[in-house]
Amino acid sequence: MKRTFYILLSNPLSVIGLVLVGTVVFSAVFADFIAPFPSHRGAVVDFTNFNQAPHWPNIFGTDLVGRDVFSRILYAYRISLLLGVVVLAIAVPIGVTVGLAAGYLGGWAEFVLMRLTDVFLSIPPLVLAMAIMGLLEPTLTNGMLAVTTMWWPWYARLVYNVTRSEAQEGYVLAAEIIGASRIHVMFREILPNCVPSIVTKMTLDLGFVILIASSLSFLGLGVQAPTPDLGSMVAEGGNYLPDSWWLTVFPSLAILIAVFGFNLLGDALRQILGSDQ
Amino acid sequence: MNDHLLDIRDLKLAFKSYTGLIEVLHGISLNIRRGEKVALVGESGSGKSVTARIILGLLQEFSTARISGSVSFEGEDLEMQPLSVRQALRGTKISMIFQDPTSSLNPVYTIGVQFQEVLRRGNTQISATDAEARAIALLQDVSIPEPERVLASYPFQLSGGMNQRVMIAMALANEPSLLIADEPGTALDVTVQAQTLHLMRDLVERRGTSVLFISHNLGVVREFADRVYVIYKGRLVEHGQTSELFHSPRHPYTKALMAAVPRITGGGIPDIAEATDAYLDPLIDHEAEAAS
Amino acid sequence: MNDSATEFRPVLEARSVSKVFMTATHEVKALNSVSLNVSRGECLAIVGESGSGKTTFANMLLGIYPPTTGEFFLDGDLLPNRRTLPLRRSIQLVQQNPLSSLNPRRTIGASLRLALDVHDIGDRQGRKARIGALLEEVGLPADFAARYPAALSGGQRQRVAIARALACEPEILVLDEPTSALDVLVQARVLQLLDELRHRRNLTYVFITHDLGVVRNIADRVAVFERGNLVEQAGTEEIFERPANAYTRSLIGAIPIITDDEEALRKKVMEKNSAG
Repeated sequence: MKRTFYILLSNPLSVIGLVLVGTVVFSAVFADFIAPFPSHRGAVVDFTNFNQAPHWPNIFGTDLVGRDVFSRILYAYRISLLLGVVVLAIAVPIGVTVGLAAGYLGGWAEFVLMRLTDVFLSIPPLVLAMAIMGLLEPTLTNGMLAVTTMWWPWYARLVYNVTRSEAQEGYVLAAEIIGASRIHVMFREILPNCVPSIVTKMTLDLGFVILIASSLSFLGLGVQAPTPDLGSMVAEGGNYLPDSWWLTVFPSLAILIAVFGFNLLGDALRQILGSDQ
Repeated sequence: MNDHLLDIRDLKLAFKSYTGLIEVLHGISLNIRRGEKVALVGESGSGKSVTARIILGLLQEFSTARISGSVSFEGEDLEMQPLSVRQALRGTKISMIFQDPTSSLNPVYTIGVQFQEVLRRGNTQISATDAEARAIALLQDVSIPEPERVLASYPFQLSGGMNQRVMIAMALANEPSLLIADEPGTALDVTVQAQTLHLMRDLVERRGTSVLFISHNLGVVREFADRVYVIYKGRLVEHGQTSELFHSPRHPYTKALMAAVPRITGGGIPDIAEATDAYLDPLIDHEAEAAS
Repeated sequence: MNDSATEFRPVLEARSVSKVFMTATHEVKALNSVSLNVSRGECLAIVGESGSGKTTFANMLLGIYPPTTGEFFLDGDLLPNRRTLPLRRSIQLVQQNPLSSLNPRRTIGASLRLALDVHDIGDRQGRKARIGALLEEVGLPADFAARYPAALSGGQRQRVAIARALACEPEILVLDEPTSALDVLVQARVLQLLDELRHRRNLTYVFITHDLGVVRNIADRVAVFERGNLVEQAGTEEIFERPANAYTRSLIGAIPIITDDEEALRKKVMEKNSAG
């Protein structure tokens, strides 16, 4: 614990990362209490106060139907984080299992699983997601499905590489000589040693999932109105640049802060978890 | 006492860490005369390898390292010299041989290319043909039968023993006055290790090169060194001529160390007690006693 | 060693065991028709340098891969290539590097417990007590079970590795350079422990090493391997006092030694080589 703080605090960038991520998570979780206009996350119309530049109490201004941009960003964070968590919660177990099996079992299992992984990796992620979203209705669930489909292969690759090197370690041989099952060796012996790399990548990825989800919404394929989403806010606001700059700038900054924060924190975690305690 | 090629006085080293300052060397003083082979023997974590790194100026680059004391080489205090001077010494006046020869050589270049680089450090003007001739002569010195073939090879194409010989030849290429050998040959088979050590001893004796020989292996030290320092937990505990130290060790730690080595003449597995505080007894210096 | 004759029936037998490895371009003969017997309670040292085939022999004995030709027999029964759990249990391994052989992210207790779980030794409560007893048997406090390997010294880790092998209650222990990664003071104490355990548990050791000093003091018998061939085998004293094979002699001649007595022995042995 002491060592963790030491590493974290000795690098100012990781402190910034921690603060940024803390802010994003805090705003998402407590949006109901922080947001000055909680009702503005839905289909509210206020034509007396529309398209206003930042002023009190609408510190980030208001959008074309008079909703508070600041409140909508807080709720958009909530959706983005939820999306990120759900995507990773599905993609990571799939990718990890595929990677462990391919790396430890070798032979046919390795050939089939890794070629499948390569096929997914060779398609540009956004194109794959767009294809899926094109086939299905653009709902939040399908958005998650699309992003998940393109995300698990990265974990398969990562875990495969770690597994291949861990399988050479003496503790794996020791478990085999004792007579432990393959399932035990994969999930109880090797997996704990993959956890640091997985956790680091997950932290980095939360930022990227938010980015990709925003990209999809930007293209009109993600979360649908009136649910607030950073990507669609940027897209809509883009039509009114440069006059109504607050419609684009604040959601863009929000994306930047989230992605940047998770990246910095991921790098810090890599350092902390990288070497053994 | 000015015949010392290397003179280390009261060298202390500590690392700053999250738990505070970790002391690694508690003030060690040692010296090496010209043409002398001196061993620093100790277990892992005793501080023997960091001593070598300090001499080479490699630890000074770490921001967490706290170093005090003096390291004089050819009468000059190295700590007073700028980094560029220290770097220029490396590979020319002071060279080093590491434990694992194969990983110390760069796998993507041939031995010939790496040899040329080493020779260029000593003489920037040397021509390619001169360098090759010199490399061949040096490889012959370390009893490599087909030097031309070896120069054209990559390290992984050669055996561990052959790579170790190449390392020795490279280390001696610029006629250093001090050779630091850190656990040389430990990664090799015993028969190969014995051969390369004999070869190295003959070569440095013929050239009058001084050697700081760092090892955990008492047997190897006994065969190679003229004089021995025993180091335990960052403190020198005993110092003397090799034969004297091996025939009449007096420090409790040295005695335990010698008793712990299983003998090929038998006698059973040595009975060794837990480490005691007596291991931290002050230095017993056979040399200083003989001088007074 | 006990004096009753029944103690010396072979518990382990290797009959003309060979191994050929296929690489992309050619075949490599790693082991060439080796036959060996090991008696119950005996410590047989297998000595050789890299490429001697000693590790290949051990790996086949452990069932890591099968021999190309030849068989192993345990208590007179053929050891199949696919080992059943009881067979795995009876031949256990202690590896060279305890840093790698213990899982850094599992506690000592979890590592020991694996053997008990796999072989269904004892009930739930009994296993916890047994882990403590095993740790104490190798000279460690029982509460080490809660620690991670990183909190242990090299010698302590190797003791845990030994305890883990013992947890299976094996008949045969394959010791693959068990002390060569350790400092000499630690080595002496681990060797002492291994010697004690062998007598207390009537274990049979196959001790693989390149360190002849260790061999001289722990082994009953020595088998010398050179480039996949068994070139000499004899009682330990015989090997050191009257080595018959030139390679054995050159091995003895190459050991770094620290006393004049050893120097005399080495000289005597080497004289034969230069004469022959």
